[in-house]
Amino acid sequence: MNAVGLNSYLFLAFVLFLVGVMGVLTRRNALIIFMSVELMLNAVNLTLVAFARFLHSLDGQIFVFFVMTVAAAEVAVGLAIIIGIYRRSETVNVDEINLMKW
Amino acid sequence: MLETVAFYALAATAVGAALLMISRRNAVYSAVFLVICLCAVAGLYVMLNAQFLAAVQVIVYAGAIMVLFLFVIMLLRADSPAEGLETLSFQRIFGFVFTVILLFQVGAFMKTAAPGAPAGGMSQEALAASNTEMVGELLFTRYLYTFELVSILLLGAIVGAVVLAKRKL
Amino acid sequence: MEIPELIITTVKIIIVIFIILTAVAYYTFAERKLGGWIQDRVGPNRAGPWGLLQPLADGVKFFFKEDVIPLNVDKPLYVIAPLITLIPALITFAVVPFGNRVTLFGHTIRLQIADVNIGILYILAVASLGIYGIVLAGWASNNKFSLLGAVRSSAQMVSYELSLALSIIGVLMVFETLRLNQIVVHQGQMLEWAPFLPRWGVFVQPLGFLVFLVAAFAETNRIPFDLPEGEAELVAGYHTEYGSMKFAFFFMGEYANMITSAAVTATLFFGGWQVPCLDWSAFSPPAAALIQIASFSAKTLFFAFLFIWVRWTIPRFRYDQLMRLGWKVLLPLALLNILVTGAIYVVKNA
Repeated sequence: MNAVGLNSYLFLAFVLFLVGVMGVLTRRNALIIFMSVELMLNAVNLTLVAFARFLHSLDGQIFVFFVMTVAAAEVAVGLAIIIGIYRRSETVNVDEINLMKW
Repeated sequence: MLETVAFYALAATAVGAALLMISRRNAVYSAVFLVICLCAVAGLYVMLNAQFLAAVQVIVYAGAIMVLFLFVIMLLRADSPAEGLETLSFQRIFGFVFTVILLFQVGAFMKTAAPGAPAGGMSQEALAASNTEMVGELLFTRYLYTFELVSILLLGAIVGAVVLAKRKL
Repeated sequence: MEIPELIITTVKIIIVIFIILTAVAYYTFAERKLGGWIQDRVGPNRAGPWGLLQPLADGVKFFFKEDVIPLNVDKPLYVIAPLITLIPALITFAVVPFGNRVTLFGHTIRLQIADVNIGILYILAVASLGIYGIVLAGWASNNKFSLLGAVRSSAQMVSYELSLALSIIGVLMVFETLRLNQIVVHQGQMLEWAPFLPRWGVFVQPLGFLVFLVAAFAETNRIPFDLPEGEAELVAGYHTEYGSMKFAFFFMGEYANMITSAAVTATLFFGGWQVPCLDWSAFSPPAAALIQIASFSAKTLFFAFLFIWVRWTIPRFRYDQLMRLGWKVLLPLALLNILVTGAIYVVKNA
């Protein structure tokens, strides 16, 4: 019935997740790290939608809806924090943000 | 046939854009490639009969979140910062090695494991015909309290963002 | 999809794109001519009778200008940005219905390119992508005025998109569907509480219409919301560094966006192809289709005219005024509209 099976979607989502992990681990720009986190959230969303489709149920899609809402909230606060850090230390490099107090 | 071609085209776009996203030096390019990746994922949602989520994905992620990212990148002129001092220079290599190991581990796991789970009772035709209505109905019945909780979370995020970003209240 | 259906869809796409591009060309002409009249000038009158060939002359000029790419721009994004502005403006039209179904030679043809089940969400999604052209153009130009225009426009778009989306929710609650053609069909009846008025969006959602219209002006970057361009403050904003055909793409994108906004306004709030008090069964199918297309075009043209009228009448907002209007006036009004609509719905169904 389906030309593309559940496993293909899961593997694709997993690869996307890994790319996100790699971005978080190897980049030093706080904004790019943040974007990699968004990519990881998206990969998880993809697995949820795929499961929803192949298990004939809508609950997975509702989960994705909530994850998106949380992601939006997280971005708003996270970017505000990055702007705050930049105001104090003039950098977005996470290696240079190493003082607990200034 | 068409479905297979579409899947592989979208998958290749998504993975390629994601790789370019983490490898570009310039943060603006990273953001642009992430937008492309997110749109490809939205295309996959359409293939999975989740049209509502596909639209929301483009509206929320590409239309709002990534514009916010670009706004901050431009505001802070953080497009290509000097990489500066590398306090943990070995971390890059370790990060790369560990992700490759994880890839093989889960890959091997997926080869052996066969997903088997009880199927829910909704037919694909019904799902495809009125996706938005059904998502809405479920959202306001079974998941009503979660929905309310999420709205409180959003309120908290708004207040938090304003407090953090404002110079003086 | 069947082969004849495929051919019909292709033909529809070609016709619609051709009409929109022609309309864009003559829209620029109308803007200059009407602007001239509003300011008691003549407007363009040299090329052809009454200056009617002016768009053609402009197009030829744009084509033959040297295509300059400034030295320190970010080349890939600089080149691709004008296209990113133009394309979303054009593909939004795919879901706008310009007439009901019509049966010709045994085929039932929808006078709409694609009737997708998430119609309005599709429009919002595509419209939210159009902003990338402006933002990337401003950044890639490597010019401080362009960058300021880009930063302004990203903040402005995100702010007004919220009000735009929320104002449409009221329409959805009344007509209970996302399909645009369904929405237009629902607008064919008369109002229950005022039988002399058609059940158009503007009569059942007056507040929503107001918010939508203001937000649509902001989304198309028109005066009084043309802060990203702001020629008196930012030279020409995000397209300062652009010339020849690339500038023409920005220009076409802006006007195509305005036509699309006008068409969507007509569809959601003014009954689309409906004509009040008209019995469609009294006409032969082709005649009915022609009347529907004419009705839709007339409504779209009126809103297109409104864009010009407002531009030459109202001065530009200051940036803080723009933000205050978006967040402290339009957003609460849009939320209030949803609340009132919901309350009426509950009372009616109780």
